[in-house]
Amino acid sequence: MTVQVKDTSAATAPNVLFPALKEAFIASLLIVALGLPLLGLKADNQGPDLVLTKRWDLLGIAVAVMFVGRFVLAFLRGQKAARQGGLPQEKKKSGDNSIARLLNQNAKVLGLLGLLCAILMPFVIPDANARYVIFISTTFMIYIMLGWGLNIVVGLAGLLDLGYVAFYAVGAYSYALIATHFGWSFWICLPLAGLFAAFFGVVLGFPVLRLRGDYLAIVTLGFGEIIRVILINWGPVTGGPNGIGGIPAISFFGIEFSRGEGGFASDFGLEYSSMHKIIFLYFVILGMAVLTNLFTQRMRKLPAGRAWEALREDEIACRSLGINPTNIKLSAFALGAMFGGFAGSFFSVRAGFISPESFTFIESAVILAIVVLGGMGSQMGVVMAAALIVLLPETFRQFAEYRMLAFGVAMVLIMVWRPRGLLAFREPTIRLHPKDHQASVKEAA
Amino acid sequence: MVFQSLARPTDVKVPSDALMEVEHLTMRFGGLTAIDDLSFTARKKEITAIIGPNGAGKTTVFNCLTGFYKPTVGRLTLVHPQKGIHLLERMEGFRIAQQANVARTFQNIRLFPQMTVLENLIVAQHNALMKASAFSLAGLTFLPRYSSAEKEAVELAKYWLNKVGLYDRADWEAGNLPYGDQRRLEICRAMCIRPVLLCLDEPAAGLNPRESLQLNDLLLGIRESEGVGILLIEHDMSVVMEISDHIVVLDHGRKISDGTPEFVRNDPTVIKAYLGEEEDEELPTEVAQDLAGGAA
Repeated sequence: MTVQVKDTSAATAPNVLFPALKEAFIASLLIVALGLPLLGLKADNQGPDLVLTKRWDLLGIAVAVMFVGRFVLAFLRGQKAARQGGLPQEKKKSGDNSIARLLNQNAKVLGLLGLLCAILMPFVIPDANARYVIFISTTFMIYIMLGWGLNIVVGLAGLLDLGYVAFYAVGAYSYALIATHFGWSFWICLPLAGLFAAFFGVVLGFPVLRLRGDYLAIVTLGFGEIIRVILINWGPVTGGPNGIGGIPAISFFGIEFSRGEGGFASDFGLEYSSMHKIIFLYFVILGMAVLTNLFTQRMRKLPAGRAWEALREDEIACRSLGINPTNIKLSAFALGAMFGGFAGSFFSVRAGFISPESFTFIESAVILAIVVLGGMGSQMGVVMAAALIVLLPETFRQFAEYRMLAFGVAMVLIMVWRPRGLLAFREPTIRLHPKDHQASVKEAA
Repeated sequence: MVFQSLARPTDVKVPSDALMEVEHLTMRFGGLTAIDDLSFTARKKEITAIIGPNGAGKTTVFNCLTGFYKPTVGRLTLVHPQKGIHLLERMEGFRIAQQANVARTFQNIRLFPQMTVLENLIVAQHNALMKASAFSLAGLTFLPRYSSAEKEAVELAKYWLNKVGLYDRADWEAGNLPYGDQRRLEICRAMCIRPVLLCLDEPAAGLNPRESLQLNDLLLGIRESEGVGILLIEHDMSVVMEISDHIVVLDHGRKISDGTPEFVRNDPTVIKAYLGEEEDEELPTEVAQDLAGGAA
């Protein structure tokens, strides 16, 4: 018996080297194939002519790096496996680890802390870069709000919506049109824009009630495009590609942020600063985002919200329990769209100018990416993912053209490490036992 | 409203003790006739079993009864003890559970796997809670009306959890439960809609003999204490013969026998359907024993 065991261990040792070499060779071949057009050959403009420069040295370096790196990696891995008796390593169950659990279980405390930071932030940052920081934070908040809105549709109700930006656009345009034509204030136009967007949510919802998954995604994608094309072509109303300008700026409940008498600064005895408006806008979107969050959190604990989640899990079972799937889907679409509309009208009032260019498919993709990266249905996850998606490209700004590359790499890495999203952990909406009870029962079982 | 009156006529005559009256039910899929002119009655406070070889059309009957299919021909009359007569073939799928209070389980368990056990049971009480929360408005404004309704819902859930011994696991994800518990939970969830008729599609599939016995007790309990009629599709003869009051045997979509377990067990057409045309001297006694199952 012992002899046999020794034999096998001796046999595995040389076996590590050869597969590692083979793996490295294959990887290098791949690099040659990929790198030949990308690195090896380069077309340059020299005056009127196009000259092909050959950069074999660059390609050689890339191949060498790949070969050595892949070999070392494969070799070490093979040795480790050999030491463990040749058994393949047991894969860790991803997407359910303790960090996500910990973060989610303390979501309330963390959320309040985050909110406190967000409220104090405008008052403590140095003046030098205040404008920039608050501007970015406002964008960040818009995306959080959009993420939370889409989370209702995608994360809770499980309806894959690739055209969410349509509702964002409807909100923005209805705000702009109402505000410019009737001159009503932000606080009247905002709910109206939300209602319009919700109406469009229902309009989209009706034809797609029978669709699920991929088919639903395609139709919503089409809907997003329809809205954009209408915005471009319905010139008399939407201004076509020129968009709508001169949208009235936000006022502090009727008091305008203007220089001189009757403005916000003079009324409150402050020195005029253009920062007042920017900070106020920041607080408005912060308030709206918090409202979205509280609303969603509460809805999850109500029958309608539970039915959303049940619908995501199993529509047929829902029907067998007497739940009307039509109402549930429509309410998810309408509410998700409403928050998109709110965010849109905020976008409108902040920018003062909107055009169809702001509502392209890439926006839908970014919002969906926030929801998926964050972990479907997770409120905390949306914040973290929005931070990544909005702030990461900003921090890499000095690397100019490479920042989108870094952004893409980060997205791929997150999906490799945490395929179910950053914080994929579902907190039950109702409990019968305290939290520690559950653990003790599990241990006993 | 027109729809309502069509589905709930007052001049339909059914036997006085009937809970569910199936008349001339026929279901065709293109050229295939899955159910052919099936009529039977499920009586109040009785367990009616539907048995038959694979492909006999048992699940199709359930799908017609619970609104997942629209029958090609036939009338399905449910006599609700409180709400009167409902014609199920005229009702939209989800309304059969919502208004006629017919609940069902599925052959391949259909729980909400990522939701907890308790949540599964609360979702089942959706319609009552939705009304109590005034379509979420009362819930959003934290009115006591909703929170008391939710407490009641939890109490009902607790009652059923205790009944099947899942109380301690109420906060588990339903998908993490062992198979037998998932089967029991699905029955509990169906009971949480407060049904008058419970349709169970192979509840004993995949259960071990001990669990089958527990299931028998549970179903008998549901019949006795809740007064709910049960319609049962089952292959496990120890369950069928033990607890059924009345058995309907299907073969190739047609009813071949209908009566008490004793009658069905000795019906030569049933034995033929299960074993084929060839009459063998020795086999029928073995089959009879097999059919007798738990009774023996």
